Amino acid sequence: MADELGRKWDRCLADTALKTVTGVGIGIVFSVLFFKRRTWPVSFGSGLGLGMGYSNCQHDFRSPYLIHGRMVKEQS
Amino acid sequence: MLRVCLRGVKATAQKSSGRIRLTNVQQCREYTTGESSGASRVVAAGLLTVTGGIGGTIIYAKWDHKFRAAVEKNVPYSEWLLGLALGPVSQDSGLPIRKPMESIQPPSMLEKQMRTSKAKSEKKLKETTEYGAQDSGPTSPQPAQNIQAEASAEATQIISAISEVQSIPAPCDTEPTAAAATVFQDTKSAGTAEPLRERSAEEVAARLAQQNQDEKDIITSLSARLDDSLASSAKATLQAIGAQEAALQAITQHTHKLKEAMEAEGPSEEKSTQWKDLEAALADRTTSVNDAKTALVKANEALDSLKSVIDKSKGLKITAARPLILAAEENLHKMVVDLDKVVSKVQSAESEAKIVAQYTELVHEAKQQFQREVSSLTPEIQANWKGLTGKLSTDDLNALIAHAHRRIDQLNRELAEQRVREQIHMEAALEQQRAEDQRALDKAVGTAKQHVKEEARLEQERKLAELREVIEAEMRTQLRRQAAAHTDHVRDVLKVQEQELRAEAEQELSSKLLAQETRYRQLTQEQLDDFTLDMNAAYARLKGVEEAIDSHVEAEEEARKAHRLWLSVEALTYTLKTASTESPSMPLEDAAEAVRASCVENDFALALASALPEESLKRGVYSEASLRARFNSLRSLARRVALIDESHNTLYQYFLSYVQAALLFEKQQEVPPTQLRSEDLDPFKLLSYASYCLEHGDLELAAKLVNQLRGEARRVVEDWLIEARLTLETRQVISLLSAYANAVGLGTTQAP
Repeated sequence: MADELGRKWDRCLADTALKTVTGVGIGIVFSVLFFKRRTWPVSFGSGLGLGMGYSNCQHDFRSPYLIHGRMVKEQS
Repeated sequence: MLRVCLRGVKATAQKSSGRIRLTNVQQCREYTTGESSGASRVVAAGLLTVTGGIGGTIIYAKWDHKFRAAVEKNVPYSEWLLGLALGPVSQDSGLPIRKPMESIQPPSMLEKQMRTSKAKSEKKLKETTEYGAQDSGPTSPQPAQNIQAEASAEATQIISAISEVQSIPAPCDTEPTAAAATVFQDTKSAGTAEPLRERSAEEVAARLAQQNQDEKDIITSLSARLDDSLASSAKATLQAIGAQEAALQAITQHTHKLKEAMEAEGPSEEKSTQWKDLEAALADRTTSVNDAKTALVKANEALDSLKSVIDKSKGLKITAARPLILAAEENLHKMVVDLDKVVSKVQSAESEAKIVAQYTELVHEAKQQFQREVSSLTPEIQANWKGLTGKLSTDDLNALIAHAHRRIDQLNRELAEQRVREQIHMEAALEQQRAEDQRALDKAVGTAKQHVKEEARLEQERKLAELREVIEAEMRTQLRRQAAAHTDHVRDVLKVQEQELRAEAEQELSSKLLAQETRYRQLTQEQLDDFTLDMNAAYARLKGVEEAIDSHVEAEEEARKAHRLWLSVEALTYTLKTASTESPSMPLEDAAEAVRASCVENDFALALASALPEESLKRGVYSEASLRARFNSLRSLARRVALIDESHNTLYQYFLSYVQAALLFEKQQEVPPTQLRSEDLDPFKLLSYASYCLEHGDLELAAKLVNQLRGEARRVVEDWLIEARLTLETRQVISLLSAYANAVGLGTTQAP
């Protein structure tokens, strides 16, 4: 269980990095393709990526505490 | 590589050998310098050893002759050397010690034998001849001695017959007479006698029988000899007597004839025949006399031999032969008497014949003288004057008559003279005759005396023999009577005694029997009682023992089970130890199985055994050390996520938590309080408490404290906690089981 945190972090970071890079990549692509090489899609993409990664990371870290409920229809 | 090694080895070897050679040479040089002293030393030592050996051999040979003999036999020139050193081997000392004893033995042994044989002969005397000791006084020493001599000779005979070694002649063997010597000639062979040994009864009897046999043989031989000599002497005597008688006859005949011839005045032819007859008779007489003489000589010889034989046999002194001897002596005496008688007869006849011969001679002489006278007177006349009647003339006749007258005168004168001298002559003749008669008388008296003496002696001996026999018979009868009386008396006494003894014995027996019976009954009763008691006791004991054994068996069983349980629990405990720092222990499955197996009917233990957590069974448990180690790494992690819980679990919180962990310092280890307060529930504090507990080996408390963590820290240490719980659980169960097993074991173990 102690390793899980470590793994989580690994995953998290890897994922974030990947997303960021992907976002950057896409941003670059978009910037190049659609936005006449402006930097805002890159940063946007990186932000996007980072955000996604962060969110993913957080979700991953939170996952033990998440309660999954089900709606049980009341039988009257 | 190998070759290099080899080369290296060779080089080292060469070097070492070189060194050795050098040292050898050095040593040789040393030896060569000290060679003379060394060699001389060796030579001296060798010489010393050799002389020592030889000297020792000589000295030992001097002391032990067997050794000397052995050495002489085996080593070629040792005899010479030993002879030189010690002198020749002395036979007496050389022979073993046994022989001198043996050489001393024969005389002593023979003495003993003589004594024994004497005793035996005495016994034999008693047996065979039944002469009492009183009777055999004068004769017993002699016969005993003779028999002794016989017996000794016999002994040597027997010994020489039995033993392989020849026997030396006994000292008293020289005694026996010629007769015995001729009989025992063969026994006189040289040799040593056997050591003395007691002769058995059979031997004694055999020897006695042998002696009897020998005696019988002697007697038979003696009697044979006596008979022979008697016969021969009788023959000779008879012959002599016959010859003497013949001589007597011849002499008388001759005398008669002579007388006749003298007195007869018949015619000349008759006279010549007479004279011829006379001559014949004379010749006859001479021959018969010679024959008689020779016969007499022979007879005397025979008689002498008989006498010698008789003496010899007398010398043998065997009583059984005495009658024979006596008879022989009597015969001898008779023969001698007869012979003497005849001889005396012959002598008388001879003397008569002598007288007659003298007379005839005288007459013949006278006739011759007359004839001479007549022939001197009448030379032509023949001698035979009886036939002269026709031839003579008157002158002759006258001359003859004158001569005759003259002769008659002369004769008358002579006669007168003779008559005168008659008396003197008579006296002289008488004297002569008396002397002769005296002589004859003396001789006759002597012979008669001898004869009478002889007869008397013989008579005495006969009487003695008879008397002896009679006395013997008397003795025998008396002894028999006495023996009979004795046996009767003894029989009576024995009978009486027997009865008495029997009565006594019976009484004794009955009383003893009674006593025995009572005792026996008593004893049996006692025995029965004892036995019953013993049986009961034994039975009770047996029962007790059985129970004890059963209980013991049960206890043993229990103990065994407990031991098994304990062992399995120990095994289980041991398996815990197999956990290394990183890996867990072996799965406790087998051990648990063993424990379960060993406590089948023990519910408690079974429950315990089954209370072991599954995970420990399958996977094994971690050791405390590993947990401790793990905790240390966990602690940092837990510190890092100390702020995260269900509600605070954003990444920002994570960041804050990390910053807090970096900046907050707490004691590494802190003593946990006995009671936890609310401020103690701080994770950092808790961790330090737990750390302290772990460091001090209290996993349980540590786990408890760690259990108080909440949130993410709790999640982080969840694994550890589970592991710790597992370990604790397992350990608890095992310790319980162990305690239980120990308790049971202690319970079952019997204190001394």
